[in-house]
Amino acid sequence: MIIDYVGVEEINGSLIVLDGVKDAIFEEMVDIRLDNGSFRHGRIVQMEGERIVVQVFEGTRQISLENTRTRLTARPMEMPLSPEIIGRVFNGAGRPIDGMGEIFPQTHRNVNGTPINPVSRIYPKNYINTGISTIDTLTTLIRGQKLPIFSGSGMKHNELAVQIVRQAKISGANDKNFGVVFAAMGVKNDVAEYFRKSFEDSGVLQRVVMFLNLSNDPIIERTLTPRCALTVAEYLAFELNMHILVIMTDMTSYAEALREFSSSKGEIPGRKGYPGYLYSDLASLYERAGMVKGSTGSVTQIPILTMPNDDITHPVPDLTGYITEGQIVLDRSLQGQGLYPPVDVLPSLSRLMKDGIGEGFTRGDHSPLANQLFASYSKVIDARSLASVIGEEELSPVDKKYIQFGKLFESLFVNQGPNANRSIEQSLDLGWDLLSTLPKAELDRVDDVILNKYYKDGIDPSQIG
Amino acid sequence: MENVIYGINGPVVTVKDTSSFSMMEMVYVGDEKLVGEIIGINSKFTTVQVYEETTGLKPGDPIVGTGAPMNVTLGPGIIDNIFDGIERPLKAIEESSGSFIKRGASVSSLDEEKKWQVKITVNVGDVVDGGQIYATLPETPIIEHRCLVPYGLKGKVIFSSGDGEYKINDKVITVEGEDGKTHDLTLCQKWPIRTPRPVKNRLSATVPLITGQRIIDTLFPISKGGTAAIPGGFGTGKTMTQHQLAKWCDADIIVYVGCGERGNEMSQVLYEFAELIDPKSNRPMTDRTVLIANTSNMPVAAREASIYTGITLAEYYRDMGYHVAIMADSTSRWAEALREISGRLEEMPAEEGFPAYLPSRLSEFYERAGRASVLSGGEGSVSIIGAVSPQGADFSEPVTQNTKRFTRCFWALDKALAYARHYPAINWITSYSEYFTDLDPWFIENLGNDFMEYRSKINSLLQEENRLMEIVKLIGTDVLPDDQKLVIETSRVIRVGFLQQNAFHAEDTFVPLEKQKLMMKTILYLHSRAKHLVANAIPISKITELGLFDKLTKMKYDIPNNKLEMFNDLIKEIDDKLATIS
Repeated sequence: MIIDYVGVEEINGSLIVLDGVKDAIFEEMVDIRLDNGSFRHGRIVQMEGERIVVQVFEGTRQISLENTRTRLTARPMEMPLSPEIIGRVFNGAGRPIDGMGEIFPQTHRNVNGTPINPVSRIYPKNYINTGISTIDTLTTLIRGQKLPIFSGSGMKHNELAVQIVRQAKISGANDKNFGVVFAAMGVKNDVAEYFRKSFEDSGVLQRVVMFLNLSNDPIIERTLTPRCALTVAEYLAFELNMHILVIMTDMTSYAEALREFSSSKGEIPGRKGYPGYLYSDLASLYERAGMVKGSTGSVTQIPILTMPNDDITHPVPDLTGYITEGQIVLDRSLQGQGLYPPVDVLPSLSRLMKDGIGEGFTRGDHSPLANQLFASYSKVIDARSLASVIGEEELSPVDKKYIQFGKLFESLFVNQGPNANRSIEQSLDLGWDLLSTLPKAELDRVDDVILNKYYKDGIDPSQIG
Repeated sequence: MENVIYGINGPVVTVKDTSSFSMMEMVYVGDEKLVGEIIGINSKFTTVQVYEETTGLKPGDPIVGTGAPMNVTLGPGIIDNIFDGIERPLKAIEESSGSFIKRGASVSSLDEEKKWQVKITVNVGDVVDGGQIYATLPETPIIEHRCLVPYGLKGKVIFSSGDGEYKINDKVITVEGEDGKTHDLTLCQKWPIRTPRPVKNRLSATVPLITGQRIIDTLFPISKGGTAAIPGGFGTGKTMTQHQLAKWCDADIIVYVGCGERGNEMSQVLYEFAELIDPKSNRPMTDRTVLIANTSNMPVAAREASIYTGITLAEYYRDMGYHVAIMADSTSRWAEALREISGRLEEMPAEEGFPAYLPSRLSEFYERAGRASVLSGGEGSVSIIGAVSPQGADFSEPVTQNTKRFTRCFWALDKALAYARHYPAINWITSYSEYFTDLDPWFIENLGNDFMEYRSKINSLLQEENRLMEIVKLIGTDVLPDDQKLVIETSRVIRVGFLQQNAFHAEDTFVPLEKQKLMMKTILYLHSRAKHLVANAIPISKITELGLFDKLTKMKYDIPNNKLEMFNDLIKEIDDKLATIS
């Protein structure tokens, strides 16, 4: 027997409250029909006896206390899945919007996923060559990693993400088993279009699954968008053994949607009004990256988030940094100098690189070289702050060398342009060339064997690059 | 009357109009028997926190009480195992439900089929008391498991099955209690996780926990049975430091609690510790390690419990007479779990939304550390090393501040050091250890008075450098007088050559105390000789040109841990080279 519940008890933001509902299940989906014939979808988020609270994805506009008929579906929020899903475009709640009809599903999966058993994880060790010097050398991306880009409004994070997709060489991946899942959350139409066009230009569009929740789409759908996308990614990776790169942009919009939803539920806010469970909620997304035993596929995540006011201590980048395995931080002043990609190397980090580089993966000198570049570049910052007080002329000879090294490092190593695809050897050699402009005694992170092998005495700075 | 679910809100479930549950009782919720715990009772509602996803539950589903508080099974099979937050073995869950954790997985905590080679250590007719050892068995090649008479039971042994092979639930002895009842003892027992296990008496913190990490052992030592906090923003190396301590510290047993952290980190620990050979025992590190993994995407209520599960397992091995170190990574995630559940209960929040009882919960946890005479005779300890992940790397937030009050070591990780890849990024100015005075006698006895002297000299040099750097930041090093330039140069050697330690370098990842002492000695020797020369108007630039300072920054790599006599050559080289310019 199917029961329609007529009308609602209460409406508050995107939530409606119904009373006298029998046999409802926690977190099940409900269909809501308005008297004007339109349909909405919702999910039960709280229950007290026969009183249920339903979150309406499309919003509660036009809903009155009497004009709805609500029907329980007895199913949790699920995503229909089949291999034909590749190349399709969905809205934020996982319904096709490319005019090619519904998915003919082979299986359904709960969008919330289930946690991967830590014992079943394969520890990620295979590096992904992105052709970008700063990333490959200093914050190496590893297959199965989650490595976000911390950016700000107006910075070139989208270009960088596209370049990574275009240039990424994943070991074990070929045209057949490589795919991209793209989730847009609250981004402008232009941004979504930019990604679509870039995917098309680089010839991967047929291998992309897109989820689009644009900035004027309902915010409740936005809280589902990454879940739908990751459910698809997990299906493709762990059941069809594909290597999936997931790009999620913009996580800050996602977190804001969550905040809006939380406050309409009347929850006690944490820092900056975000709900206290923001960490757990973000973790339930980011932790869906990785590789599992029994499958040859992988899910690698590149979430993009814009730091409000470029503030890395804002709750969204802060909590993200605690969950993800490192971060790539973009810097506005580097971009202002016309450098691309404007990667601020010092706060950038890849936690998994230590086991994925070196002999057998990249080159034996990779790890000490990266350490030395970080250490030397951090001295550049010290020297610059000193120069800003006493003037560059007054610096000691060694500090002057550092200033020179800093300039070269930024203009040659960091800066490479959106089309340059450098091999790992090129990047590492360039790193050594730059370090060779510093006195040998300053290179204290490298042991003498490696230093003697790669240090170039008397290199001419103007000949590098 | 059967109790049924009334309301559901995330992991919190309520039951209406019942009086059949007691506080902290463990319950089974719904048809899938999800594990839960009673966390609130009033005349109208009883509140349950559920340790698994609550999707799919509905009002009217049954809730069944177990009559006992949330407890763990203690017995052989704990070591070299990996559990979730409520002691369910993840390997067994993998076998039963595959790579993804399904709900309501009902597997027993310990392997019930495995047979252990048991030696009974009591005879029929003996009088035994709570905490006493009645049987031993080799749990791993290096850890002997000692079965302890349950606390509170005292009486006469009236049956013994004799030595032999037994499973954990086999009866091995029977004790007739003082009340006349008989109690069958198997190889395992239960213990409620929120109740500290008793000891005979607490001992003072006079023995250091040797970690092989120079900055910790020499500047900020921790005692066996001590407590330490490692606060740091993301990317400052909390987890790396915890891993290093878990690998190298001289505890007998390590309990590593991954509380709300990354899944890949746990697989890294599994993979690394199995490969890594403990130099003391020549066995893989896993032979002395217990892992508790409640990753950030696993249910939040179980995250709250994981810390207690970890400390209870640690106390159990302490009671056998072992030195146990527990790494809790990260206590902030645990505090957030408290906050999340508190929010669902609509409790009045205190600072930053954390519940007002946060400090008391933290102190309850850290107070379970300590060195003690245990009831089985002998001595054991539990040392707690808790990572703290302050929001925005701001140490003034409530979890860091409250943790600071209840721990005696504070190893503050510094973002600027981490950016320069100076690891461990422990800031030597803001960190502290309160164990100095307790441990001094041990250091003097084992390493001599000079160790103490070197340590205080190193410390004062670093403090002086810190002061000078304020000036240098404004006017540069060039204008400083030579003696102050020397302080800066020596401090650089201390920072880069001594405090900084390379976890990936075979010689440098663990450094014995003797080498730490010789390194300090050599650095200070060069400093005092150079100081003498500078006082005799020899320019500092002439001294630095000799390359001695650079040589010393690399002695950590150049001199292997088993060839400490090479320090004599180094001292001689210093003498020889300085002689050329004096």
